[in-house]
Amino acid sequence: MATSFSATLPLHGSQENRLLLPPIRLAPLPSSFLGSTRSLTIPSSRRLYHAHAARRSPVVGVQEVVKEKKVTNSLLITKEEGLVLYEDMILGRSFEDMCAQMYYRGKMFGFVHLYNGQEAVSTGFIKLLTQSDSVVSTYRDHVHALSKGVSARAVMSELFGKVTGCCRGQGGSMHMFSKEHNMLGGFAFIGEGIPVATGAAFTSKYKREVLKQDCEDVTVAFFGDGTCNNGQFYECLNMAALYKLPIIFVVENNLWAIGMSHLRSTSDPEIWKKGPAFGMPGVHVDGMDVLKVREVAKEAVMRARRGEGPTLVECETYRFRGHSLADPDELRDAAEKAKYAARDPITALKKYLVENKLASEGELKTIEKKIDELVEEAVEFADASPQPGRSQLLENVFADPKGFGIGPDGRYRCEDPKFTEGTAQV
Amino acid sequence: MDRDPHVCVMGEDVGHYGGSYKVTKGLADKFGDLRVLDTPICENAFTGMGIGAAMTGLRPVIEGMNMGFLLLAFNQISNNCGMLHYTSGGQFTIPVVIRGPGGVGRQLGAEHSQRLESYFQSIPGIQMVACSTPYNAKGLMKAAIRSENPVILFEHVLLYNLKEKIPDEEYICNLEEAEMVRPGEHITILTYSRMRYHVMQAAKTLVNKGYDPEVIDIRSLKPFDLYTIGNSVKKTHRVLIVEECMRTGGIGASLTAAINENFHDYLDAPVMCLSSQDVPTPYAGTLEEWTVVQPAQIVTAVEQLCQ
Repeated sequence: MATSFSATLPLHGSQENRLLLPPIRLAPLPSSFLGSTRSLTIPSSRRLYHAHAARRSPVVGVQEVVKEKKVTNSLLITKEEGLVLYEDMILGRSFEDMCAQMYYRGKMFGFVHLYNGQEAVSTGFIKLLTQSDSVVSTYRDHVHALSKGVSARAVMSELFGKVTGCCRGQGGSMHMFSKEHNMLGGFAFIGEGIPVATGAAFTSKYKREVLKQDCEDVTVAFFGDGTCNNGQFYECLNMAALYKLPIIFVVENNLWAIGMSHLRSTSDPEIWKKGPAFGMPGVHVDGMDVLKVREVAKEAVMRARRGEGPTLVECETYRFRGHSLADPDELRDAAEKAKYAARDPITALKKYLVENKLASEGELKTIEKKIDELVEEAVEFADASPQPGRSQLLENVFADPKGFGIGPDGRYRCEDPKFTEGTAQV
Repeated sequence: MDRDPHVCVMGEDVGHYGGSYKVTKGLADKFGDLRVLDTPICENAFTGMGIGAAMTGLRPVIEGMNMGFLLLAFNQISNNCGMLHYTSGGQFTIPVVIRGPGGVGRQLGAEHSQRLESYFQSIPGIQMVACSTPYNAKGLMKAAIRSENPVILFEHVLLYNLKEKIPDEEYICNLEEAEMVRPGEHITILTYSRMRYHVMQAAKTLVNKGYDPEVIDIRSLKPFDLYTIGNSVKKTHRVLIVEECMRTGGIGASLTAAINENFHDYLDAPVMCLSSQDVPTPYAGTLEEWTVVQPAQIVTAVEQLCQ
């Protein structure tokens, strides 16, 4: 797997960008799966499947559209774009590294899931979105929130459980929400965010078709390989394709769900294939390469904005740390980790920018320093912020606190002065 | 739906079919296939979709074709419907109404005869109401749609044929208030949904026997209207709860606890609660009849309490 980006658009023939349908193979499939160091035994029935795969579906593969695009210059990004991407990935990495430090210093608690290594997916997709587009994530959501525009201060404070956190300290690591930036969470159970994302996309369509508003908003739902064996995933693929919703399903396939290898839990590990089964394009992309992700994302987002419906994008990626800070990470092979560490997306982008003279080492160092300071400042801010007071206990349970009902004295519970103190009987 | 274009309906067969109990009949013709959305059979996902739509500005009314099917949507109802407003620090509201027919019908079998209010009552952040007459069905539905909170509205399979003259004009029934059905002096009978009719039938017999029961339809299953209930207890000093939930963990169990906790000093007798048997509702008619509370049992219970 090359670490440098090719100067031209990656064409078919490379392992990283699959066509919509695999070519008919007469020889047996390779015995390793992507960068996994586990071997995959292909049962003979699978060869039968590939023979039948020649039947073309009418769905146009996203990669084919990308390939047809005329490339006018040989670079994929401008300098400005390159620096934006670089800064976003550095922010993601530095922030998560700081989280690990803070956790072990006892400033952050519970389950904290870090995103190190996967930055190319978040940056590649989210930097293409507008503020009114929505993002839905899982418990590994810090970097999605940051890429979407939630300030590092707000995320760090939330992790410290302070009132200045984006969710007033009530959500925590796994529930990053921001109405301002349309970050629709942060969900602790895998799969439960995907229907919410489908609903946000439904609203977009409803606004256009029922309310007759100009609405081009798209929704991007991020989730992992483990989620792709869950019912809600399939239910939403069906509905999104059926109603042609403006949504992009992004699978961050990092090959592991806590200690369960993707290959041990999935009958057909090629997740992108599940898209066409539901009538949408399924694309596989190298998720360690932010420029490749971005090219695929551009087309998927444009498809959605044009009203052509959903896309399923499988990003091959890897998490450099354990599943969470509580995970001893004993099951993953050192060789596998090393292979992916060599494909660090940040190193790769840096190399691309420097080699193509888009930025100097000095400029990139300046960005790194700026981000270091930003993250330090976020920690200071979070440290200095107050913890939630008792008064916050009963607020926000209901949007309309009349929901706590009428007490024996005839008054609504929320009218009791003790309610705002957080000590009322409810 | 006329008043607010953000109100929409989603569920199985709500559109072209008009709803399994014809609750949404005619709406798809009037408002179109997107506003009255026929979903595939995927409760967890379409309930979640409704929640996501509510978070982003719509006001969906989500139907469970039978309330029992919402067991499949428990993930979404508990985590996202109930708790998301809180975990987002109050940033997102979820103004959904989740409604559908439930309760014990006529030999529908165990799985179609469930009382989901028992299971949902602990979920923080939701309100639950049960309608029992055409009048309060309209009023509660409007109130639920207009509420910023997520509301679960329980209808009953056997009550759709009731006929009543109701006002054409707008009115709402307060979501948090109970309904005084029959004022009385001797005993407070608390009930809701279909059991209201068994209670009223028993009340006729009781009146003939010289009793004066006060019948309250609690309507709000979560939260309880402790004012109306409390005033009644303070007057009569005896309480009988008649519900369709099972003995264990039902609304009656919670109501008994709430009354004991708040009004213990006013009671002349222990709170009695008549519930369905802790039995999967059998198919056979005779067995089914024995699982739910019948008017004769209510009469006996009142006589016992009023000794």
